[in-house]
Formats: sequence, C-alpha cells, structure tokens
Amino acid sequence: LRGDDVPTDSGTPGPTPDRSLTRQVSVARVKEQFIRLILFLCALASIVTTVAIIFVLVNEAIFAVTPGTAFFQEVSLKEFFTSTRWEPQYDEKHFGVMPLVAGTLLVAGIAAVIGLPLGLASSIYLSEYASPQARNIIKPILELLAGIPTVVYGYFALVFVTPYLLRPVFQDWLGFSVDVFNAASAGIVVGIMIIPTISSLSEDVLRSVPRGLREAGYALGSTKFDVSVKIVVPAALSGILASFLLAISRAIGETMAVVIAAGQSPNLSLNPFRNTETMTAYIVNMSLGDTPVGSIAYKSLYAVALSLFVITLLMNIGSQFILRRFREVYQ
Amino acid sequence: MSRTEDIFDARLRGRHRLGRAFHAACFLSTWFGLVVLLVLLICIFWQGAGWVNWDFLTSFDSRHPEKAGILAGIWGTVWLIFFTALFSIPMGVGAAIYLEEYATDNWLTRLIQVNLSNLAGVPSIVYGILGLTVFVRMFGMFDGQKDLVLRIPLLVMTLDIPLPFGRTVLSGALTLSLLILPVVIVASREALRAVPASIRHGSYALGATQWQTIRHQVLPASLPGMMTGVILAISRAIGETAPLVIIGALSYVAFTPGDIAGPADVLRDPQGVARAPFDYFTTITIMIYNWVSRPKTEYQHAAAAGILVLLFVLLILNAAAIVIRHRYQKWIRW
Repeated sequence: LRGDDVPTDSGTPGPTPDRSLTRQVSVARVKEQFIRLILFLCALASIVTTVAIIFVLVNEAIFAVTPGTAFFQEVSLKEFFTSTRWEPQYDEKHFGVMPLVAGTLLVAGIAAVIGLPLGLASSIYLSEYASPQARNIIKPILELLAGIPTVVYGYFALVFVTPYLLRPVFQDWLGFSVDVFNAASAGIVVGIMIIPTISSLSEDVLRSVPRGLREAGYALGSTKFDVSVKIVVPAALSGILASFLLAISRAIGETMAVVIAAGQSPNLSLNPFRNTETMTAYIVNMSLGDTPVGSIAYKSLYAVALSLFVITLLMNIGSQFILRRFREVYQ
Repeated sequence: MSRTEDIFDARLRGRHRLGRAFHAACFLSTWFGLVVLLVLLICIFWQGAGWVNWDFLTSFDSRHPEKAGILAGIWGTVWLIFFTALFSIPMGVGAAIYLEEYATDNWLTRLIQVNLSNLAGVPSIVYGILGLTVFVRMFGMFDGQKDLVLRIPLLVMTLDIPLPFGRTVLSGALTLSLLILPVVIVASREALRAVPASIRHGSYALGATQWQTIRHQVLPASLPGMMTGVILAISRAIGETAPLVIIGALSYVAFTPGDIAGPADVLRDPQGVARAPFDYFTTITIMIYNWVSRPKTEYQHAAAAGILVLLFVLLILNAAAIVIRHRYQKWIRW
C-alpha cells in the first residue's frame, strides 16, 4: 500500500500529511492483520479439536503421558481382541471387546438391511420419478425425520416397536422369544434414522448424472426402470456407495436409541431378539455408574471409545476416498 | 413373423409390469418415512398429550410419576444452549470467514478442510469423552486440591470458576460447541459463498479494506443464510443427549442453574446469573432418557410429555429457519 501512496503524496509539499497518511495506513494494516490472525485461530480450532480427541483417547487407552497408566498398559491387546467375554465389573475381569463389537455390528446390520434399500429407493424416486411439486413436499418431510432427536427414536423403539411390532409378529405369531430390550428394535429405528442421510446424499449424485445418458437409454427403447436401474444408478454408483458407508458409520456411532432400546448385557449371540449391548451403549452405561476415576474399568471406556473412533473414521475416510477415486466426471 | 412379435409384445408387457412394480416400490419406500413420522407423532401424542400442563412445565422431577415436571430440564437447556451459541457461533463464523475470504490454497487450508469433513463424522459420544476428560476433569491436573476456584470480579458480580470445571453448564456448553462447530462452519461457508464476487469487487473499488468489505458488505449479505444454518446447528445441540450423559449432566435434579426460574429470581438474587454457568444441570433430553429408562411404566407418559415439549421447541426453531430463508430469498436478488 505504501508504494501506492507515494505518488499521490509527492505532489503535496511538506512532511506532515505524508507521515500522518503513512501512520494511518499502517494502523489499519495492523488491525487487518490482527483480525486475520483471530479468524485464522478460529479455523485452527477444528484442528485443535481433532488433536485433543486423539490425544485424550491415546493418552488413556494406549500410552499414558499424564501420570497413571493407560488401558493397554494393563490389558494385553490379545485379551482385548480375542477374549469372548466383556466383564469389567466383576472381580475376575475380562476385557474382550468382541461381544460389544458383535452387538454393534448386529444393530448396524439390521439398520443397514432396513435403511439402505429404503433410502436408495426413495432417492431413485425423488430423482427419477417424482414431480417437482412432490419433491418439494417429500424433501422437507425427510429433513424433519432427520431432525428428530435420537432420544425420541429410542423412546419409539422401546414403547412402540418392541411391544406393538416385534412382539405380536415374532413372539405371538412366529414363536421367538423377544426380550424387552433387544437389538432388533434398536436396529429398526436406527435404520429409519439413516434413511434421510442416504436418500439426500444419493439423490444429489443421481441428479448429477447428465440428462443425455437417460435420453440415450430411452432412444434405445429402454423403459424408465431400465434407465433408472441400468444407467443412472450404475453411473452414480460411487456416490451411492459413499452415502452407504457414511450411513453405516452413523449407525455404528449412534448412541441414545441403542442405549434405550438394545439393553445392557454384552454377548456374542447374533439373535436379534435378545438383550445385547453396543460399544456406544457401554460407554454411556459405564459413565452413568459410579466407577472410580483411574480404575481399569474406567479406562476401558477410553479403549472402547478409541475403537469406535477408529472404526467410524476409517469408514468416513473410505467414503470420501470412494467419492473422489471412482467419481465419473461428465462434461 | 407374428411369433416374434408375440414374444416381443409379451416381453414388453413384462418389462412395463416390472417398471410399474419398481415405481410403486420406490414410491412406497419414500412415503414409508412419512408413515413412520406419523406413527411416531401419534404414539407420542397418545402417550403424552394428557400430561403436558402447567404443573408439568413448572415443577421439578419427582419420585411420583404423576408429579414429575420438567422445569429443571427447560432451564438447563436454556442456559446450556445460550452458552453453546455464545461459544460456537463467533468461532464457527470466524473460521468460515477465514476459510472463504482469506485462506489461500496451501497444505494447511487443505488439512483444515479434510479435518472438518472428518470431524463432522465423529460420533457425538466421542465428543462426550473429550469433554469429560478436558473440561470436566482437566486430565485430573487439579485432583490434589480441594474446591479450587478461580475468582474473577466483574463490575456488578464475581465469577467463581471452579477448576476443573466439573459437571457444570460450562463444561456441557463447551462440549456441545465443539460438537456443532463443523456444522456451523459448513453452513456459514455456504452462505458466504453465495455472496457474488461483484459485491466484494465493488467494495474494494471504493477503497475499502478487506475487513471493511467483509464487515459491511459480505457479512450482512450472507446473514440470512448463516442464520438458517446456525439455527439448524443449534437445534441439533438441543436434541443432543449422549455427550451430556457422558460428561455427567445429572439425571435427578431439583433445582435450576443459579436457582433462576424466572425474571423475579434474577431481581431477587442477581448473583445467581453469575453462578448459573458453574452450576450442575440437567436438560430436557436427559430427563426424557432418564424417564424412559425407569422401570415404572407411568414415567413413559412423562417421557412422552417431555418429548412433546422438546419437539415443540425444535418445531419453532425450524419454522424460524424456514421463515428467515423465505423472507430473504425474496429480498435479495443478484
């Protein structure tokens, strides 16, 4: 800026206006730089958050920097990954994460079975079949569904899905025994919860498939079904897969619905009508109890949280990778 | 020849049948969401509508389900969300301004971008663990000292900040702020991006500095979009339960933060305002969770009533977001 100022100043004699002008500009410049610095620090906060999350989890789970020992300095990795019992509260403690992982995968699996087809089908409907007016009605409703707090879904699973849906069908009619808390009810509501995620993300990629591809399909005598399923969906496959991964990762990290509806007894069974416990539910149930800070059971919370963090992070990164790597670029 | 045509016609009919079946399947899956929403609302109304009354809104939790009220949760949520907004909005908008207006395309900017999209995918419960360790316990740094208090005198009152923060409104608000920060940043960036470059160029041409341009041109123009995004982020914070359970928001609470339950209490005891951020708390969502998990089935009615209150608040916020979006879409034309 100073370079620009010099020519205008050179016309006016005397040093005073020159100096005052220079000082004014530099004060303004310091202020500008200061504001820029503050805004930069705001942006940096997100990095600090990530570093803090990783530090906290690693510090308590893998390697203690602060005084005390970390979880894996007391429990071996072999025990954690191969033992089939998760019993942190008894005198003879077992820390095998497998039952928690099994519960998590069971709930997420049921959610995927329900949420993925419904989400994909509704995204195809919205992008290929629905009129603009219908879309204007349906999309806000799906957004509403996405905006409902998860604790409400948990209530719904416990008070409606289990007694009025699962019990009449599977217990009274088909003869299974359905626990009050069961993986199926939690899985069903989590599946409903991820529908909006899938349908809005997938709809975006389906709509970005160029019209020319559809027209070419019709010109060759395809029906709307042929065009949708054999042309548009394959063309948008990377985006659809990415949305699936993101939705499953959300189902794995989902907490309140699972805490309320799925129960508190970790077990390796894949029976969807039994009481089970997921990783997220364990963390909540553990922190509700009065476990003394610093005990090994308390630290197990961080080990489970770290596992959860790593699993969801890998799925999110995978989702982004698929989106970047396999994206079809159309002109 | 006619044989071939017969086969073709039969197959074509089959293909059309398949097409119609597929259309119907897609249609039904789409409306499945609406049906679920309806069933959910009917179920909640049926269970809870009779329980929402003035007593429910103005009394504390109770061992008798029919006397249980949500007052502590309402005030807890109000304080919590006030401070969450106070922390997260300036920071989120600031970060968005930096990323959209200042940042050059270098490794640090790209790192922040990648990091933001990953942070948005971190389960909320992990933020709860973060808040528990960093804010509530502060890594156990102050475990030796008892009742350590940082005293900050302000003009009319003194702030007594406990160290570590403990299970207070402040810890909860900081945790939720970190949780919704990515949402606020993404929404604000979109709003900033919608402001055309010509507005900025016009401002520069008149001799404004970059900050003057942002402060007086870009920010006002992007405000409606930002407000919409921020309101949605705040409604997410209101519905959040898991991280608050982790940091130890209490489930049975018979007081409001700072003992303030209305303007009269503020006049009676102004110090309460300074005490509230450092008080224990509960929220609407936590009370719902707590009621749902109690064995007495009568509490499920209380939970449903709590859900009705929660959904009412969220509905108002969402309606506000929609109204703002529509009003300003009409006003602003570039």
